[in-house]
Amino acid sequence: MTALLEVEDLRVAYGKIEAVKGISFSVEAGEAVTLIGTNGAGKTTTLRTLSGLLKPLAGKITFDGEPLNGVPAHKIVERGLAHSPEGRRLFPRLTIAENLQLGAFLRKDTAGIDADIKRVYDLFPILGERSKQASGTLSGGEQQMLAMGRALMSRPKLLMLDEPSMGLSPIMMQKIMETIRELRSQGTTILLVEQNAQAALSLADQGHVMEIGRIVLSGSGASLLHDESVRKAYLGED
Amino acid sequence: MSELPQQLANGLILGAMYGLIAIGYTMVYGIVQLINFAHGEIFMVGGFGALSVFLALPAGTSLALALPIMLLGGITVSVLVGIAAERFAYRPLRGAPRLAPLITAIGLSIALQQAVWKWYPDGKQARVFPQFKGHSFDILGATVQRGDIFVLIAAPACMIALGFFVAKTRSGRAMQATAQDPDTAKLMGINTDRIIVLAFAIGAAFAGVAAVAYGLRTGEVQFRMGFIMGLKAFTAAVLGGIGNIYGAMLGGVVLGIAEALATAYIEEIPGMEQFGGGAWKDVWAFVLLILVLLLRPQGLLGERVADRA
Repeated sequence: MTALLEVEDLRVAYGKIEAVKGISFSVEAGEAVTLIGTNGAGKTTTLRTLSGLLKPLAGKITFDGEPLNGVPAHKIVERGLAHSPEGRRLFPRLTIAENLQLGAFLRKDTAGIDADIKRVYDLFPILGERSKQASGTLSGGEQQMLAMGRALMSRPKLLMLDEPSMGLSPIMMQKIMETIRELRSQGTTILLVEQNAQAALSLADQGHVMEIGRIVLSGSGASLLHDESVRKAYLGED
Repeated sequence: MSELPQQLANGLILGAMYGLIAIGYTMVYGIVQLINFAHGEIFMVGGFGALSVFLALPAGTSLALALPIMLLGGITVSVLVGIAAERFAYRPLRGAPRLAPLITAIGLSIALQQAVWKWYPDGKQARVFPQFKGHSFDILGATVQRGDIFVLIAAPACMIALGFFVAKTRSGRAMQATAQDPDTAKLMGINTDRIIVLAFAIGAAFAGVAAVAYGLRTGEVQFRMGFIMGLKAFTAAVLGGIGNIYGAMLGGVVLGIAEALATAYIEEIPGMEQFGGGAWKDVWAFVLLILVLLLRPQGLLGERVADRA
């Protein structure tokens, strides 16, 4: 059986600067996989390439048995790959409800969309209470909830989350991580990019450590969490 | 001051035309941050499109009957030119330094003028545009020509339709999303290339409507008519807050009325006698633009960004 997402020797460059220098990894259906590493390691670049916003220099991306190379971004979400981007990137002047509706832009099943919006509101009650509020007026944590909810609205086969904990208070971060754990236990396949290695590794099945465009270490979440070098480099221990 | 209602009516009619054209500047800017300086010529070709339709109809067709088909003809020509401009002139330059599309726009503007000048039958001169015959109307103390009724109905109708489209339809929502964050719009599954084409097409369609209004009002169309009208409409878009569709219409009306009032009343101000009359009206329009840029650079409705699309 092949993996849901298969990335082989992916290279991505901005002009002459290669940000991703040949990485390979895979995500099995039902699994949570995390890419961790410092700023500039190439994690966000990797996700933006997978969702079609950037064109790879070389390498092969296979999703659900089909190649993704050369497929435009708006067609990739149609195949079941949703991307909650770094910095939330909500549509600030649209309401919470409108942002969620846009997450379901390609779906035609009105009843199903309404049911899924309700599901997001069940997951994050605060969003339901403020559904008519412009999303730009929300707090960072609320915006992150909405960004995740919006990505779920396409009913993705794979949910990619880029730095969901960025800039959040410890309490809010915990809430977001709990939600990711919950989504994972409900069977959502997740590819999580995080700088918060501790939180990401403790909920992931598989982890990959990235450094300046390369994967330098891979293993199960638990094993990486206990790995000496990872603890030193990313968990602030010496 | 008995001529005040007349001046207000003149200003409103002119302003409604500016507003219709300004929508095209503001929508394209809102989506791709490009000032389409060829938009005045997209307006101009619409006038020739409508005239061509009229000339193709059997002689003696009443204007009232011909008008809907002329309108359709004008809109079609403007939209086709607008879409072609996007596809062949601007799209290849997406991501290029901003000066490149700007220069392209100016080049396109000259090319379109010259094309009409060279190839439209008798295009070197002003061509007579059909006029409504019959009495003018007296509305609240102002005399309004029959032909001007058209823009007074068309402009609000277009605005209401556009407002509904942007706020209530799926494509309108997609357009707002693309204006606010194009990359993320793609992640939602929105084909942003199509949305950009749609913005050009809607703007061009409104310019086509304005061109018919212009023809009916002035009784002629000519290859240069897009230059000053385009410049005024661009001023109106900036005045209203570029990127804001309601701002564009408001800016148009404010500009039209300011122009009409300045033309009529400036000369009554002691010491300003020599600045009155029609010869100075463009000056006052651009003085207003300079004042807005100095005092309120975001434009009149620049803060109500929630309406941007």
